Amino acid sequence: MYIIVVGAGKVGWNLARELLEKDHEVTLIESDRRRYMTVEQELEHNVSYGDASELWVLERAGVQRADMVIAVTGDDEDNMLICQVAREKYLVDQIIARVNNPRNRQHFDLLGIKPSVSATDLILRLLEHEVPEYGLVHLLDLQEEQLEIIEMLLGKDSGVTGRRVGDLNMPEGSLLISVLRSGRGFVPNAETVLEEGDEVLAVLDPGKEDELKVLFGPEGDGGISSG
Amino acid sequence: MFILIVGCGRVGSSVARAMLREGHTVSALDEDPESHARLEVGLEKSWEDLGGQFTVGAGLEAEALEAAGVDGADVFIASTDGDNTNIIIAQIAKRRYGVPTVIARVLDPLRAEWYARQGLQTVCPTRVAIDMLETAVRDSGGREAA
Repeated sequence: MYIIVVGAGKVGWNLARELLEKDHEVTLIESDRRRYMTVEQELEHNVSYGDASELWVLERAGVQRADMVIAVTGDDEDNMLICQVAREKYLVDQIIARVNNPRNRQHFDLLGIKPSVSATDLILRLLEHEVPEYGLVHLLDLQEEQLEIIEMLLGKDSGVTGRRVGDLNMPEGSLLISVLRSGRGFVPNAETVLEEGDEVLAVLDPGKEDELKVLFGPEGDGGISSG
Repeated sequence: MFILIVGCGRVGSSVARAMLREGHTVSALDEDPESHARLEVGLEKSWEDLGGQFTVGAGLEAEALEAAGVDGADVFIASTDGDNTNIIIAQIAKRRYGVPTVIARVLDPLRAEWYARQGLQTVCPTRVAIDMLETAVRDSGGREAA
């Protein structure tokens, strides 16, 4: 594959190196002259000097025949613009954009720039995963399918411990898909009785997290099905 | 009309003053609090006393745009010193907030031209300068005309 990587910071440089090792053809574009000189000593002709938001710089790098453009500069506007132009003007099949400020992700989504990757978001998620008190952990967002998969740890005070799954008043649009107990995972049925320390996985429509959090939290009465 | 101007440099602040004088409601947004002083250059009263609004914040921040009144804006002008910033926030104003008239200042003629073809209203000062210089050279007539 021919891949153009924009931004030779730590992310871009390492990415370009890995892609080259996997035998891809790579051009790394960097707009800072000094940074370019440094990186060029290692990557040589695979680095190109210039501002990739200038269309002629992208064209010089052969964007028309690129299979993929990855924009990983430290500037979200630049990453959005480069990916937008690559896809809509030069019809590049695959784009990947880096989100520096997670608050800007909404703008990437609005302009249809996906997938976008935010290191800050990823670390936040890991943090949530490592700190169970945080409540509910997002495991997976299936944006296209409009579904999420979350994980919850049932604490001592959870309102659902000791209850049958069949008796839970699960919100419309949510489903328990598995229970992890003492290192073993299984698919629960209506007869399964939940225990303290269980990690339960649920699939749900986006926006149902809060209802589930209440149901599985200390305030949850176990939700004896009201019918 | 309610006009929101993002980026209060020489261009943004001049347009803001002119529109305020013409009786429009004008809100200016800039990340540099000092740019408020530029708005008041040549004014007899303070910007606020004359009815102007000024907000400190970045054009990419939804909270800042909303505080500056983007929801009710009739016209949105993106005139920060970054071409890419202007192009992106102009699209946000249009698509997310439904501002009817959106204008982006883009210094790079190539980007200005392509985005204009995509339906974004762009103003390219560089293009204007190029055209004026070319015309001035053509009209000069050489040594004989002097």
